[in-house]
Amino acid sequence: MLFGFPLLSLAIWVPIAFGVLVLATGGDRNARVARLLALIGAVLGLLVTLPLYARFETAAVGFQFQELAPWIASFHANYHLGIDGVSLLLILLNSFTTVLVVIAGWEVIQTRVAQYLASFLFLSGFMNGVFSALDALLFYVFFEATLIPMFIIIGVWGGPNRVYAALKFFLYTLIGSLLLLVALIYLYNAADGSFSLLDLYRLPLPLTAQILIFVAFFLAFAVKVPMWPVHTWLPDAHVEAPTGGSVVLAAIMLKLGAYGFIRLSLPIVPDASHTLAGVVIALSLVAVVYIGLVALVQADMKKLIAYSSISHMGFVTLGIFIFNAQGLEGAVIQMISHGFVSGALFLCVGVLYDRMHSRMISDYGGVANTMPVFAAFFMLFAMANAGLPGTSGFVGEFLVVMGSVRENFWYAAAAATTLIFGAAYTLWMYKRVIFGAVANSHVGGLSDLEPREFVVLGLLAVAVLAMGLWPYPFADVLHVSVDGLLNHVMHSKLP
Amino acid sequence: MQYITPLTPAFAELFLLGMVCFILVADLFVSDENRVVTYALTQLALAGAFVITYITATGQPEYTFSGMFVDDLLSDVLKMLVYIGVMVMLVYSRPYVALRGMFRGEFFALVLFATLGMMVMISANHLLALYLGLELLSLSLYAMVALQRDSATATEAAMKYFVLGALASGMLLYGMSMLYGATGSLEITRLADTILSLGARDLVLVFALVFIVAGLGFKLGAVPFHMWVPDVYHGAPTAVTLFIGSAPKLAAFAFIMRLLVQGLGAEQLVVEWQQMLIVMAVLSLAIGNITAIAQTNLKRMLAYSTIGHMGFLLLGILSGDLVGYSAGMFYVVVYVLMNLGSFGMIMLLSRSGFEAENLEDFKGLNARDPWYAFIMLLLMFSMAGIPPTVGFYAKFAVLQAVVDAGFVWLAVVAVLFSLIGAFYYLRLVKLMYFDAPADSAPISPRSDVRLLLSANGLAMLVFGILPGPLMALCIHSIRASL
Repeated sequence: MLFGFPLLSLAIWVPIAFGVLVLATGGDRNARVARLLALIGAVLGLLVTLPLYARFETAAVGFQFQELAPWIASFHANYHLGIDGVSLLLILLNSFTTVLVVIAGWEVIQTRVAQYLASFLFLSGFMNGVFSALDALLFYVFFEATLIPMFIIIGVWGGPNRVYAALKFFLYTLIGSLLLLVALIYLYNAADGSFSLLDLYRLPLPLTAQILIFVAFFLAFAVKVPMWPVHTWLPDAHVEAPTGGSVVLAAIMLKLGAYGFIRLSLPIVPDASHTLAGVVIALSLVAVVYIGLVALVQADMKKLIAYSSISHMGFVTLGIFIFNAQGLEGAVIQMISHGFVSGALFLCVGVLYDRMHSRMISDYGGVANTMPVFAAFFMLFAMANAGLPGTSGFVGEFLVVMGSVRENFWYAAAAATTLIFGAAYTLWMYKRVIFGAVANSHVGGLSDLEPREFVVLGLLAVAVLAMGLWPYPFADVLHVSVDGLLNHVMHSKLP
Repeated sequence: MQYITPLTPAFAELFLLGMVCFILVADLFVSDENRVVTYALTQLALAGAFVITYITATGQPEYTFSGMFVDDLLSDVLKMLVYIGVMVMLVYSRPYVALRGMFRGEFFALVLFATLGMMVMISANHLLALYLGLELLSLSLYAMVALQRDSATATEAAMKYFVLGALASGMLLYGMSMLYGATGSLEITRLADTILSLGARDLVLVFALVFIVAGLGFKLGAVPFHMWVPDVYHGAPTAVTLFIGSAPKLAAFAFIMRLLVQGLGAEQLVVEWQQMLIVMAVLSLAIGNITAIAQTNLKRMLAYSTIGHMGFLLLGILSGDLVGYSAGMFYVVVYVLMNLGSFGMIMLLSRSGFEAENLEDFKGLNARDPWYAFIMLLLMFSMAGIPPTVGFYAKFAVLQAVVDAGFVWLAVVAVLFSLIGAFYYLRLVKLMYFDAPADSAPISPRSDVRLLLSANGLAMLVFGILPGPLMALCIHSIRASL
C-alpha cells in the first residue's frame, strides 16, 4: 500500500463510482456532461493504477499490495486483493484500454450515451476486480459480473443481429462459469471452508478430483479464451458489438480466460494440468493453425480480426501449458501485446465503419489515397498482428515458439506456421482494403483521421512500438511471478 | 407445575386477531372515498404486530397453549419478514386494486387473516395448530383469488386452487393421522422424541411421510404437484398473485422446518424424505425452467420460474443439516424479495383496464423509463442468479450445502437447469433494453410505490455486494431454533 491508500480497491472502485455518476446524468440531453465525467473517471482510473507499477517490487515473491477485509463471515469469504506481475500488467492494460474506448466512443455513440459509457466503466472496474482477487468467491463474482455490462453493450448498441449475438455470448460464457462455481464450492469444502486462493494453492488433492476440477475450470476458461471448438460465440459477438465493445472484448475480456488458467488451474490442480496438458496443447495448435486458415477466407474485416484473435490466443494457451519460463512469459507478453494490437485493429475497422458503414473488404480498396495517415497507422498494427520484429507482436510469439522448441520440436513447428498464416491473412486484407486504385466513389470521398482518432491510434502505436523495441519493462515484472507459478506447477499436490 | 402458561409468546397473534375484528367492524362505517382509512389501519396493524414480535422476542424457545404454540428465534425472524412482505405487497397493490374495484374492506380483512394463518403456521408446535394455520391461510387465499367475481379466469383459478388445495389438505391430514397412530402424539417436539425412541424403520411412519411430503409438495407447488401454480398465478388478479407468491412461501418454509425437520428429523426418516425431495427438486428444476421458456405471459412465466425456485429451496432442505436449512431460509427470503419486486413491476406498468402481463408489454422499457428498466434488470439478473446480485448468493448457499452433503451431481444438475433458467430472464432484459417500445404511456407511480420499488430493486444489489448480514441472520435463527 502506498501512503496507506488501498490502491487496488481504488483501481476497482474508481471506475465503478464514476460509472454510477455517469448513469446519474440521465438522458441524452446531458450527453456532454456524461462524456466528460466518463473521461475523467477513465483517466483517474488509469492514474490510480500507475503507482502500482511504480511501487511494484520486481524481486519480491508472492502477492503485493494485499488488502484483506472480512466479507461474508458465514462462508469465510474475504475481500482479499493482491497482485503479482501478471495481474499488474493486465490491470494496466485494462485501465489504459478503458480510456481509449471512452475517447473512441465520443462522437460515434449518440443514443443513450450515459448508459454506454457507464457500462464500460463498470466493466473496467469488474475486470480489475478479477485480476486482483485472491479469494475464489470474489474472483467468481467479478468474473461473472463482467457479463452483464457486455451483454448490454452488444445488445443495445450492436449491429443488426445483435440480439442473437448478445444471448449467445451470455449463455455460452455462463455455462462454463457455472461449472466453475461447482468446482470452487467443492474446493471450499475440501479446504475445510476456505476460499482463499493461497489456501487452495496448498491443498493436496487426489488425481481424480484434480481432473474433474480441471475439466470444470477448463470449460469456464476455454469458453472465455476462446479455444477451439468452443470459440463460435466470439466471431458473432465481435461482428455485432459496437467498436468499443469489440475492443474491450478482444483486448481484455478474452484475457480473463487465460488469466484464469494462470491464477486457478495451474497452481490449484497442477497434477491434472500436467496430465491433460497434451489435450490443451493440441486444441491450442488447432486454434493456431486451423483458425488461422479460417481467418484467411473471411470477407468481413471484423470477423477476420476475431478469428485472428482466436488464433493468437491459441499461442497464449500453448505458452501456458508447456510449463517453462519462456513459454509462460511469452504467453503473458502475448496477452498484453494482443490487447494493444487487436484493440487497435478493431479501432481501425471502426474508423472505416463510421465513414462507410460497411465492414466488407470488398467495399474498400485504395483507401491509402484518401486516408494516408490512417493507412500508416493501419500498416503498423497489421504488421504487429503478423508478428513483425520490432513490434510487440513479435516478442510474445518468439518466446512461445522458443519455449515450445524446448518441449517438443513439432509443437514449435506447428505454432510457427502462424508467422506465415498471420502475415498472409493480415497483409492480404490490408492490401485489398488500403492499396490499389480508389475502388468506388465512397472511398474517394473519405476524410482522413480526426484529431480524436489520431490520439487514440497514436497512443496505441506508441505502446505497440515501445513493447516491441524495449520489452524489458514488461518482462521485468514477470520473472519472479512466472518462476513462482512454475514452482507451483512443478510440485505435485497428490496426497 | 404451572397450569396457566403466560400468553406472551402469542401476543402478536392475539393483537393481530383483535385488529382484524376491529377493522372488519370499523370498515362498515367507512365510506368508499375514505377507504384509505381501512388501508392505513391495516398497515398500522401489521406495524404494531412487528413491534410486538420484536419486543416479545427472547431468543429462547418459549411454549404456550399447553405446548401447541412455540415462539423461537426462527419464528420471530420469519414473522417479521412476513409483516414486511405483506406491508410492501399492500403498498404495491394499492393503486392496482383501487382501479379494479377491489379496494374494499374484504380485501384487507382477508390479507390480515391470511397473515394470521401464516403466523400460526410459523409458530405451530402441534400438528393441529399447524393445520389450523394452513387452512386459515389457504381459505383466505382462495377467497382472494376469486375477489374479482366477474372475472371468469379468476373464478376458474379460484376453483382449481380450492379443489387441489383441499385435496392436498386431505393428504396432509391423512398423513398426520397416521403419525398420531404410530406415535400417539400430535405435539411436534414430543413426536420427534417418540420417533427417536422407536428407533427402527417403521412402515407406518414411512407411509405417513409419503402423504405429508405430497401435501407439502402441493402447497409449495413442487413438481409433480405443481399443476395449480400456473393457472392460479395467471388467473388471479396480479395483486393477489403477488401475495400468494411472497409471504406464504416464508410460512411454507417454516411448515417444512417444523414438520419435516423438527418432527420427522430422526435419522431413519431423513433418509426417506431426502430421496423424495431429491426427485421433487430435480423435477421442479427441470419442468419449471424448461416450461418457462415457452411462456408468453409474464405471470405464467414467473409461475413456472417459481416452480424452479421451489426446486432450489428443496435442494437446500434435503441437504439435511443446519447449513442446508439456513441456505434454504436465505433462498426463500431472497426469493420473496425478488418476487415482490417483479410483480410490483407488473402492477406498475398496468393501468386501468390494461394488464401489463405479457412479455411484450415490457418492450423498450429502457426507452420509456430507464430507471424502472434498471430495477427490473436487477430483479431479473437476481432471479437468474448472476452476481453481483443477491440471487447469486442464494443459489450459491444452496449449492454449497448440497455439495457439502455429498451430492455433487445434484449441484451440477441444478446448475445446468439454472443455465436454462437464465435464458428466459435474459429474454425479458432483451425485450426491455434491445427492442423498441410498443407502448408509450407514461409511467408515473405514486411516490410511495416509486420509493419502495426502487429500494426493492436496489436491495438486490446491496445484498448482492454485502450478503453477509442477511446470511448470518438466517444461520443464527436456524441454529438457535433447531
